[in-house]
Amino acid sequence: MARIVTELQNAPIDVAAALAPVYDAAAGGVTVFLGTTRAERNANGRDLIALDYEAYEEMAKSQLAALAAEASRRWPIVALTILHRLGRVALAEPSVLIAVACPHRAEAFDACRWIIDTLKKDAAIWKKEVWADGSGTWVHPQ
Amino acid sequence: MRIRVKLFAIIKERAGVDELPLDLPAGANVAAVELALKEMFPAIGGFLRQCAYAINREYVGAAAVLQEGDELAVIPPVSGG
Repeated sequence: MARIVTELQNAPIDVAAALAPVYDAAAGGVTVFLGTTRAERNANGRDLIALDYEAYEEMAKSQLAALAAEASRRWPIVALTILHRLGRVALAEPSVLIAVACPHRAEAFDACRWIIDTLKKDAAIWKKEVWADGSGTWVHPQ
Repeated sequence: MRIRVKLFAIIKERAGVDELPLDLPAGANVAAVELALKEMFPAIGGFLRQCAYAINREYVGAAAVLQEGDELAVIPPVSGG
């Protein structure tokens, strides 16, 4: 059984603390993906200052747990942590952390990629761009 | 019957409310809720077509039938990550 941690959290992601439970003698590789807030400028020439995250928390929590369970069925995962931020995430700060420990690197990379792609497509989480003039824009993926 | 409707993100902002009770005839489906919401909140009418729906925290289609006490969530296009 894979050791799984999934959380939605208001506090900043502490990367070192998040990785601690992922290290395992059965693993030969740990892939870590961090999604971070990228600087942008909007059509009005305003700079992005942060992203505000909101979730349907009860649903998103069970979705993250289901995502972790499905990944563990598809790949030989030893340990897996998925953390997602809620609230305001400043420029360059991480909003999501996915860490996957597997016996070999190829499966760790594949699993990590599948988890972030599926999370972005399905999880009931939304982000709003916050601009320097105080305006906000909900992000609508194409 | 009475259900609970939850709104999020852009839909919540435009409607000005995050949760409301809704009375429906027995056998009503998700499409009927969408129609009712359009009438109640004209400001979200144009967005509802792009939204998904969840009953009791599971995605469902427009034909899904509601039961007394269900929690129906309107899920605008997600943008986590």
